[in-house]
Amino acid sequence: MTKSYEAIPLTPISSEPSTINKTGLWRVFYPVVDLEKCKKCTLCWKFCPDATIELVDGIPVIDLEFCKGCGICANECPAKCIVMVKEGEG
Amino acid sequence: MALTPRTTIPEEEYAYPGSTGCPGCGANLVMRYLLKGLGDRTIVTIPACCWAVMPGYWPSHCLKIPMVYCAFEATAASLSGIRAALDVRGETDVTVVGFAGDGGTVDIGLQALSGAAERQTDAIYVMYDNEAYMNTGIQRSGSTPWGAWTTTTPVGDAKGFKREPKKDIMRIMEAHDVPYAATVSVGHPEDFVKKVRKAKEVSGFRFIHAYSPCPPGWRMNPMKTIEVARLAVDSRIFPLYEIVNGDLTITRKGKGVPVSEYLSLQGRFAHLSEEDIAKIQIGVDEAFAAMEKRAATKN
Repeated sequence: MTKSYEAIPLTPISSEPSTINKTGLWRVFYPVVDLEKCKKCTLCWKFCPDATIELVDGIPVIDLEFCKGCGICANECPAKCIVMVKEGEG
Repeated sequence: MALTPRTTIPEEEYAYPGSTGCPGCGANLVMRYLLKGLGDRTIVTIPACCWAVMPGYWPSHCLKIPMVYCAFEATAASLSGIRAALDVRGETDVTVVGFAGDGGTVDIGLQALSGAAERQTDAIYVMYDNEAYMNTGIQRSGSTPWGAWTTTTPVGDAKGFKREPKKDIMRIMEAHDVPYAATVSVGHPEDFVKKVRKAKEVSGFRFIHAYSPCPPGWRMNPMKTIEVARLAVDSRIFPLYEIVNGDLTITRKGKGVPVSEYLSLQGRFAHLSEEDIAKIQIGVDEAFAAMEKRAATKN
């Protein structure tokens, strides 16, 4: 009998990952990371609801194509190295 | 990607970016942490709730594991069916998860949930609790706390905010003698992942009550999601505990900050008077004292 788990579609009638939805377009404020102040604590990565932060040697790299600009990373950063800047400014 | 030593939860992601969750969504984090704990070879079944629309418009999907849609009241029936089908095929290693909101659990899905718990179906049921029917426009649910504004408990001259206390789903589940039941919060991801892993090792029906702040529904700044979740634990409004075979253990006691600190961050409580807040404080203190007393006397 064939294994069924592998045969189950990820979601019925879907074919593309949600990365086709560029949710960065929703953003009003965008995060700016001061890499000199970053303590590599990875808290911003841990609390990002959309998993848009990638860790490169512990340093956060935020994917602005998908970041919705909620600001959780800026609020939680213990080193206060992330600030939210209004789109079109800064 | 190399594992950096400082990450306190697994680095593997099972969700794609680009979901249609609101900015600062707690439910997105609940799914993210849940799947980090469960890992691959998991199926989630989801009724009508915020998560049913998260994958976005056709043709997109946002999880790397299968996600099945079911009717609003049928989460626990659906997970029972999936479990039975997998067992017939000998695929007992796959974890089946029912993932429903608070309305789909404490109101609409309660009879199916009760049935699956009574049959001790080998599955995990996760209720992400944003304390109202958020997806349809913030209508009150059985899980909405006393004093909260919603669109169906409006505030105005009539002072019609919610007058009934929050339904205690954990006590309902305990009455079914489930082998494992726990509360988790997005403000404490390490505790969250630890409990999910523990639940995975238990066989029988397991219940997880996940605290999931909703910035639009709670009328708060999206950047405060984690802060509010942490304050809920610290103010003991949402204590973190687990019940293993009837034994209750408080896993995070909280600092005991006044509930007003938690309430003041949310617009849905902005109308409450000082007497109302004092009433909430007394209720929270009594409930927590009773819980501590119970935790001290294990069966």
